[in-house]
Amino acid sequence: MMKKWIVLLMVAMIGLGINSAAFAEDESFFDWLFSLEPRNEIKPMHNELYNEECSDCHFPYQAGLLPEASWRKLFEPAALEDHFGDNAELDDETRIELLTALIADSADKSHYKRSKKIIASLGENEAPLRIIDIPYIKRKHHDIPEDLIAGNEKVKSLSYCDACHQKADEGIYDDDTVVIPGHGNWTW
Amino acid sequence: MNKLTLFIIALLLSPVAVAATPIEQRMADYNPDGNLTFDAKRGEALWHQQRMVDGKQRDCNTCHGKDLTQAGKHVKTGKVIEPMAYSANKERFTKLKKVKKWFKRNCKWTYGRECTTQEKGDLLKYLSQY
Ligand code: HEC
Ligand code: HEC
Ligand code: HEC
Repeated sequence: MMKKWIVLLMVAMIGLGINSAAFAEDESFFDWLFSLEPRNEIKPMHNELYNEECSDCHFPYQAGLLPEASWRKLFEPAALEDHFGDNAELDDETRIELLTALIADSADKSHYKRSKKIIASLGENEAPLRIIDIPYIKRKHHDIPEDLIAGNEKVKSLSYCDACHQKADEGIYDDDTVVIPGHGNWTW
Repeated sequence: MNKLTLFIIALLLSPVAVAATPIEQRMADYNPDGNLTFDAKRGEALWHQQRMVDGKQRDCNTCHGKDLTQAGKHVKTGKVIEPMAYSANKERFTKLKKVKKWFKRNCKWTYGRECTTQEKGDLLKYLSQY
């Protein structure tokens, strides 16, 4: 009986040790442990201001879907004023705060698998304004017939990731989680 | 009349005593000195004022829909926009910052210019009575 307690205590102490030593900087041991699986995907956005400001016209795209240089271009004041034909202008304070948050988790800084693939598919100085212009993203959707996208009133464009990717808001884009509206689960 | 009665009457008459709704508060925000008179009819006319851009008509209903007690749909992205009429959506107009932001964006996009304070007040008056 006594021995079990001692073992437990030791495990707990080691746990705490790891916790405060190696992982104290930005995440705990347990955060790290539980985040192993999602790291295959795209880091979810937990920035409340971002999720509020950038969700009025479409779902809030994760920072890890574009490199820093793309976010910088999108967040030029003039660019926000003419944001793909719409006006998404922000006051300077909000603009800087959101841009800073996006840069911190942009694809070129992310350790998440899909962000790395996004970067790997882009040329050195390539910084598209659109996620759907990234070669990796283009390639992944190459085989989907246009009438399921543009010809589909419930999708309209590949830009609306969340129309098909049921877990897009959690940053999960795995093909097992795709349902194309009016078409059903994605299977060939 | 004793002082207490007077006090109560004064309280009832004062605008502070009347719990202003968010949209009334926003109208007051745009009219701090009380110099302006807002008019729902003018607001309605402005709401429907159209501008042609690239062969397509733009007005406020383009995204907010014909019936403001119902949800609208963003003309390009298709995203649902909750009803604009205050009677149908009590979460509307609760934050001045949000109202200012969207007046700026939507007036520029729809009319190609910013709206004046008078116009914003008229539009709010229209939406408050819809
Ligand atoms: C006023 C509406 C509106 C707001 C607010 C808005 N957007 Fe957009 N956004 C659009 C439209 C319209 C498109 C183009 C969609 C299309 O082509 O079908 C777009 C497209 C995008 C794209 C490109 C998607 C692609 O790959 O095609 C990104 C990235 C983007 N927005 C980011 C943002 C960010 C970040 C914010 C917050 C600052 C934001 N948007 C706020 C309307 C808006
Ligand atoms: C019309 C529906 C649709 C839309 C909209 C859409 N996708 Fe997809 N996506 C799919 C389908 C279907 C697949 C699986 C393709 C396959 O397996 O051949 C896929 C695959 C992917 C993959 C690879 C998944 C894997 O398991 O390898 C990624 C990443 C992805 N999409 C990201 C996005 C992003 C980001 C957006 C928005 C900018 C988006 N998608 C918009 C339907 C869509
Ligand atoms: C291109 C699409 C579009 C058009 C056109 C448009 N709006 Fe909007 N409007 C939106 C979106 C998107 C929101 C934010 C989403 C929400 O509040 O539900 C919004 C929000 C607003 C708000 C903020 C309400 C609040 O609760 O704070 C006001 C005020 C507003 N619009 C007024 C107008 C007026 C006035 C016009 C015409 C000059 C207009 N809109 C035209 C898309 C549009």
